[in-house]
Amino acid sequence: MSASSAGFPAGSAELRLDPLARLGRLVTGTAAMARVELQKLRHDNLDILTRSVQPLLWLFVFGTALQHARSLNGGYGDYRAYIAPGVMAQAALFVAIFYGLAVIWERDLGQLQRLLATPMPRLGIVLGKASGASVRALVQAVVLLAVLAVARIHIHWSVGGVLGSLVLLALGTASFACLSMVLAALVKTRERFMGIGQLVAMPLFFASSALYPLALLPLWLRAVARVNPLTYEVEGMRRMLLSLPVGDALWVDFAVTFAFLAVFAGLAARLYPRAIL
Amino acid sequence: MTETQPAILVDDLVVRFDDVTAVDGVSFAVEPGEIFGLLGPNGAGKTTTVRVLTTVLRPTAGRARVAGHDTVAEGLHVRAAIGYIPQAISVDAALTGRQSLEFYARVNGVPRRERKARIDGAIETMGLAALVDRLARTLSGGMLRRLEVATALLTRPRVLFLDEPTVGLDPTARRAVWQHLETLRAEEGTTLLVTTHLMDEAERYCERIAIMDLGRLAAQGTPQELRDEFGADNLDDVFAAATGHEIVEGGSFRDVRQQRRLSRRLG
Repeated sequence: MSASSAGFPAGSAELRLDPLARLGRLVTGTAAMARVELQKLRHDNLDILTRSVQPLLWLFVFGTALQHARSLNGGYGDYRAYIAPGVMAQAALFVAIFYGLAVIWERDLGQLQRLLATPMPRLGIVLGKASGASVRALVQAVVLLAVLAVARIHIHWSVGGVLGSLVLLALGTASFACLSMVLAALVKTRERFMGIGQLVAMPLFFASSALYPLALLPLWLRAVARVNPLTYEVEGMRRMLLSLPVGDALWVDFAVTFAFLAVFAGLAARLYPRAIL
Repeated sequence: MTETQPAILVDDLVVRFDDVTAVDGVSFAVEPGEIFGLLGPNGAGKTTTVRVLTTVLRPTAGRARVAGHDTVAEGLHVRAAIGYIPQAISVDAALTGRQSLEFYARVNGVPRRERKARIDGAIETMGLAALVDRLARTLSGGMLRRLEVATALLTRPRVLFLDEPTVGLDPTARRAVWQHLETLRAEEGTTLLVTTHLMDEAERYCERIAIMDLGRLAAQGTPQELRDEFGADNLDDVFAAATGHEIVEGGSFRDVRQQRRLSRRLG
């Protein structure tokens, strides 16, 4: 604040520069963007319905068809229950991977250009968009959990397990949304993005433990799955929703997912604003 | 005491992208409370200039001060003092006007206890009371622009940047948008920098004008000064005299696509 700024007060946004104020702007901004996504969903119920169809097909068609393949269910009685966390994570993955597309589509272009000219940190813009994807994924997951309950597919119901797996799902979805923004910033055109999105999403899905135990995979694919964040997301949810002792440990699942989010959010905060200009 | 401090000061600004020079040594100043028009065809460098002034883009050379702060060294202070309405639509079609207002109040850090009063004030200034609870996708182009201006007023900006605010609007809606901008200036003393490629609009509503062409400033002054200087009847002729050519359509494929899409959506 130099003397030259006297007589021209900043807007009454009461700008503070300390780290705490920056963190406050980050959190408020991110929360505001997540909140808006929920409001939009409320105006558009059809979207939730149409997006629920695919996971239900996986669960009831694919899951029922392979119900009797004993080796597939990873030691859990009901294969449909076994793949339920995988299907939730998959549905969330597809929401997230195509989320970066919004900007190339020019749907959110004006909004994001404006946000760049506000005191909100760039990381907040990226996390805000990512949390929008998480909100959609959570709504889908809750619908799917309700279906599991109604269809009497037995999972290990516990408040902690359900909440914990939703938190892990939200973190995982946000990190894939950040990955998507990085890709969007790099490829820049919608046509190319559609191709890249498929190219990234399908291998992530199949080279993970979403549909089968890792033990069934050939060694090289198992190695790929071990560096695939979707594996950790699914295995963490399996631990919490099915009490299945899969993977290393629950804290590892959370730590890997969180690390992935940190890396891609950081990258997206650097690259994504350039795609907006 | 600091009445003479300009709201916007641009000093020999240069912006280069790879091998293209978008802004090439531009200087101008805007006084507090002024409606200033940045004029020129698509591709003249108007939007690039605005992006530097809103701190989104770093200049290659030269400097700019907005509301008394350097846009590079004190970017955060600038961002806290300004409002920016880009050409692309910045309110969500799937939200009501009020929800968009609440969103921008939150992301701009308007204190919780002041939110309602500020939102109500912005609704009144922009004459939106009857529309604000409708989904944005049901609003006309002129109403949308007024809603966007309202969302930018929540922080009580000292300087408001509007990039082609009337593009894609019919003449009636254009007039309404301008009348509300004039009200805003009169009531709040907000400094307005408006880019446009419509000469007649600039002539009627802007107090001072800078004409840009190919990244350079071709002329600046009040509309009257410009007409006198170039012995012309209107700004179209001023433009031709100042630049040596008629307004030709510039802009890349991307600009054109974006503008057409915008016009279609604003209907």
